[in-house]
Amino acid sequence: MNVSKRIVLHFPKRMVDRPIVSRLVKDYDLDFNILKALVTPEEEGLLVLELSGEQQEYDKGIRYLTKTGVKIQSLSQDVLRNEERCTHCGACIAICPSGAFELDPVTRRVDFYNEKCVACGLCIKACPPRAMEVHF
Amino acid sequence: MAKTIEEINEKIKQGKAVVVTAEEIIGIAREKGTKKAAEEVDVVTTGTFGPMCSSGAYFNTGHTKPRLKFGGGRVTLNDVPAYAGLAAADLFIGAAALPDDDPRNKVHPGEFNYGGGHVIEELVAGKDIRLEATAYGTDCYPRKKLETLINIRDLNDTVLFNIRNAYQNYNIAANTSDKTIYTYMGVLRANLGNINYATAGQLSPLLNDPYYKTIGIGTRVFLGGGTGFVAWPGTQHNPDVPRTKKGVPTRGAAALCLIGDLKQMSPRWLVGTSMLGYGCTLTVGIGVPIPILSEEILSYTTVTDAEIFGAVIDYSGDYPNLKEGILGEVSYAELKSGRVKLKGKEIPTASLSSYPRAVEIASTLKEWIVAGKFLLTEPVAPLPGVEAGIKLKPLKERKPE
Repeated sequence: MNVSKRIVLHFPKRMVDRPIVSRLVKDYDLDFNILKALVTPEEEGLLVLELSGEQQEYDKGIRYLTKTGVKIQSLSQDVLRNEERCTHCGACIAICPSGAFELDPVTRRVDFYNEKCVACGLCIKACPPRAMEVHF
Repeated sequence: MAKTIEEINEKIKQGKAVVVTAEEIIGIAREKGTKKAAEEVDVVTTGTFGPMCSSGAYFNTGHTKPRLKFGGGRVTLNDVPAYAGLAAADLFIGAAALPDDDPRNKVHPGEFNYGGGHVIEELVAGKDIRLEATAYGTDCYPRKKLETLINIRDLNDTVLFNIRNAYQNYNIAANTSDKTIYTYMGVLRANLGNINYATAGQLSPLLNDPYYKTIGIGTRVFLGGGTGFVAWPGTQHNPDVPRTKKGVPTRGAAALCLIGDLKQMSPRWLVGTSMLGYGCTLTVGIGVPIPILSEEILSYTTVTDAEIFGAVIDYSGDYPNLKEGILGEVSYAELKSGRVKLKGKEIPTASLSSYPRAVEIASTLKEWIVAGKFLLTEPVAPLPGVEAGIKLKPLKERKPE
């Protein structure tokens, strides 16, 4: 069975210069698509990946990453909507390049599908009540 | 069958009033006809929840010991400048005010994360606000400096005073240029990449009473989660615009100046808002009850999104240059479908006004009236109508000698 998941990797400072993602391809036959990458000097590295492959190999790959000391989180935990602040106006809908916001035609509420989110961050500042949050 | 507001209030007190929202009345009138619906229904409630920049609040802080006079001095609230051109202990803060050290659009588009609208929201939420004041000192008001926390519960008078709210229809915004622009109508992508609008349409107060036959000065309203009143026509009140056969304006027309006690209000209905590249504002919740005094008044409240039209304006050229042109006219039913056809292109649409929150306001107001907690008021004076001959003037610039 194949799986495809969006994950956020945090690399500690000491690991930023090591070839880690390439091992996922070579050893576990996984495919990856980089959605976002940040490496700041003297700070940790951040990589947002869409990782896909055979379920068993995927699990092995994740175990390998964990063993190396990389911190892994699923993307859906990192891009969140503050439901208290969201007013369901709709200003985010046309801004989002991946179509993660959809208007429910009946309730006229804006639904957020974070599995479609690519963590580009455009909605963060375009949201008038500042309801969208990124917690990398 | 004509009813009076007094008769309707009597029914409200007896718990017998029939109250429906401006959305519900559409189906009721379709089913029963306007004559029967007008006999049965006493009040139609409306609602709107959108960014309204001409909002503000004034309050009286109480006097310090020894005394200090804000008037003629300088005052900030959480670093946002407040207007201090009044007496000793009175302040006014506008929704669009910004801290002096906000970078504004120095790096475009500026974020505008905190301004006057946010101060008002936090004040209403019961949070402490940091007040800093400098004054010049007088014999009767000797103190020159003050830094203190203030909280709404300790203030004397706290009043929301919005000089222009609840616009009757509004511009629909698009961008024909080849780069993204950042406006008070939101982010507008290049080459007609999206269209933004800002009205609750068929639920919006003044679109349900297009000739102001019931809404006037003195009308009691839902304001920011509490009750308030129409104090005056809003600034730029401009009723003489093109209208549909049923009288619905197809351009921005009337507006309301609203006033109410901030202490009754809630941060759910007064939300500090940041428009990327534009500035800060306040998103305000307003609901107005319409007494069904006649079949004619009822028939106005049955207006649907398909019967309300607005003008699409180019915010990359015509709007900033104060030119009159429009890109086209579309109905709110089309806008609310998520896509409109314009200039041979299918364009995605989005709203800056929250329809689900407008529904919630109209429903809340309905509950208040049904429960006998909210009585209707007779206007003490009408809003100027089409016949008033108001013509909005641009500013004619003149060089001082």
